[in-house]
Amino acid sequence: MRRLWPLLTTLAIVAGAFVMLVPFAWMLSTSLKPSTALLVLPPRFVPEEPTVEAYRSVAASFPLLRVFFNSAVVALATTAGQLVVASLSGYAFARFTFRGRDTLFYGYLATLMVPFAVTITPLFIIVRTFGWTNGYLGLIVPAMFTAFGTFLMRQFFLTVPRELEEAATLDGAGTLATFVRVILPISGPAFATLGIFAFMASWNNFLWPLLIVSDRQFMTLPLALATLQGIYPGQTQWNLVMAGTVVSVVPMIVVFLLAQRWVIEGVTTSGLKG
Amino acid sequence: MYERGVRRWLVLALFLGPSLVGVVLFVAGPIVASLALAFSSWDLLTPPAFVGLRNFERLSRDLEFWAALRHTVTFLAGYVPLVLVAGLAVAVALNGRVPARGVFRAIYFLPVVTSWVAVALVWKWLLNPQFGLVNAWLAQVGIQGPAWLFDPDWAMASVILTSIWKDTGYVMVILLAGLQGIPRVYYEAADIDGASRAQQLRHVTVPLLAPAIFFALTISLINSFQVFDQVYVMTGGGPAGATTVLVERIVKQAFSFSRMGYASAMSWVLFVLIFATTFVLSRLQRRWT
Repeated sequence: MRRLWPLLTTLAIVAGAFVMLVPFAWMLSTSLKPSTALLVLPPRFVPEEPTVEAYRSVAASFPLLRVFFNSAVVALATTAGQLVVASLSGYAFARFTFRGRDTLFYGYLATLMVPFAVTITPLFIIVRTFGWTNGYLGLIVPAMFTAFGTFLMRQFFLTVPRELEEAATLDGAGTLATFVRVILPISGPAFATLGIFAFMASWNNFLWPLLIVSDRQFMTLPLALATLQGIYPGQTQWNLVMAGTVVSVVPMIVVFLLAQRWVIEGVTTSGLKG
Repeated sequence: MYERGVRRWLVLALFLGPSLVGVVLFVAGPIVASLALAFSSWDLLTPPAFVGLRNFERLSRDLEFWAALRHTVTFLAGYVPLVLVAGLAVAVALNGRVPARGVFRAIYFLPVVTSWVAVALVWKWLLNPQFGLVNAWLAQVGIQGPAWLFDPDWAMASVILTSIWKDTGYVMVILLAGLQGIPRVYYEAADIDGASRAQQLRHVTVPLLAPAIFFALTISLINSFQVFDQVYVMTGGGPAGATTVLVERIVKQAFSFSRMGYASAMSWVLFVLIFATTFVLSRLQRRWT
């Protein structure tokens, strides 16, 4: 039995990994098939004559390039905004003393317990009042302010030894100068964790864009994909939908492979999933 | 912070101001407004009117709401235990001596970084009753697969299976972090006492892993109460309303029927459910660990 265990475990792990990879392979395989090959029975796993026809067709009937660009702009701007806002406020909560600081911080934490569904109605009204629906501002600005980001940065700054800042202050530097010259240069790990988390949350977000964007010119990838499955007359053109899916999935996978450690850290500390 | 007087306020405003304004406007404000709306009637055209508890009274008689609640609980009851067991199994296996385990960990984590819409779409296609890969492979071993998302009896099961596929890697990384915190000496002691692998799992790994398991359990429960993306894309609540869930109802009431107050009331019921569950869990955790 003792000899058998490692072998059985390895076999089970390989089988499980196969189950994890097959949907990705099927996604790619379908996207490389011509429409006629979709209805062949039994389905072929490897396309007989791979073609990029589906990618061309989907780009012709849907502003896919523009949508990809939207996703990139929104995710990058949201991430940058969150990093700036969260690091400034996190530093204030970690280092400044002012009346009501702890009460305010608990207020921040309390908002983390409220599900997004609670806020969507008033949030929608606010964004509509600003005229931010069907545009970048509505997708970016509300997502820049999260209590989670402030919390994460505060926890990081609390681990920084005060002596570092005291040395700078003795040299006559003000709080802002100290923050920029001493604190920011050593904040890389915290920025990476929060940055990846923010980027991924924005890139994969579906519910919010669904509520405020109806114009294809301002759709992000997930919303565009969900729309794509319904726009062709008759049956869903799965090769076109899968082509769009491949386009949306590849950048996130590349980010993950390049920055595995930070992705895993960002996801586990936040409790965010996809 | 060494500035004094006006400069002190300027520095404070510079650091805290942006976040405070944003959080009040886009997070805290909407929460308060939503609470007020829960006791109001508002169709976006006429001004909101206070109606007391009428929204909640109507909710208690709303059969669609109860159906959505029942489906959400069905989802949760199927998804949470299975994803925890699957995640635990993979974590334990990948914590041991397995060749190329870094590669395997990355593979199991891939679905976690993929957007729900992409995952839901590819599974919808995989589970296509006629031309999908799953039924084709089942047919090869002599099983006639069900109609999956098109069959009211199988639709929720399909959504649950897809969700487990997506989140197993997430539970895995949380539990792997917990496993790596268990000192090796416990296993060495258990070896000396002649404990089998199964006994070691039961008496060493699981008890010492309890805090990590509770964390994964809490997060999974909170997330499953809010299940939305996969349902919206895979079934849209169908077939025949078999997979409607709470958040999907909230979105529909607010944005299809313009019942802003009613939708807000429903969202606060969701909040209370999540809050109560988390509270009970934290009490249980205190007793067991």
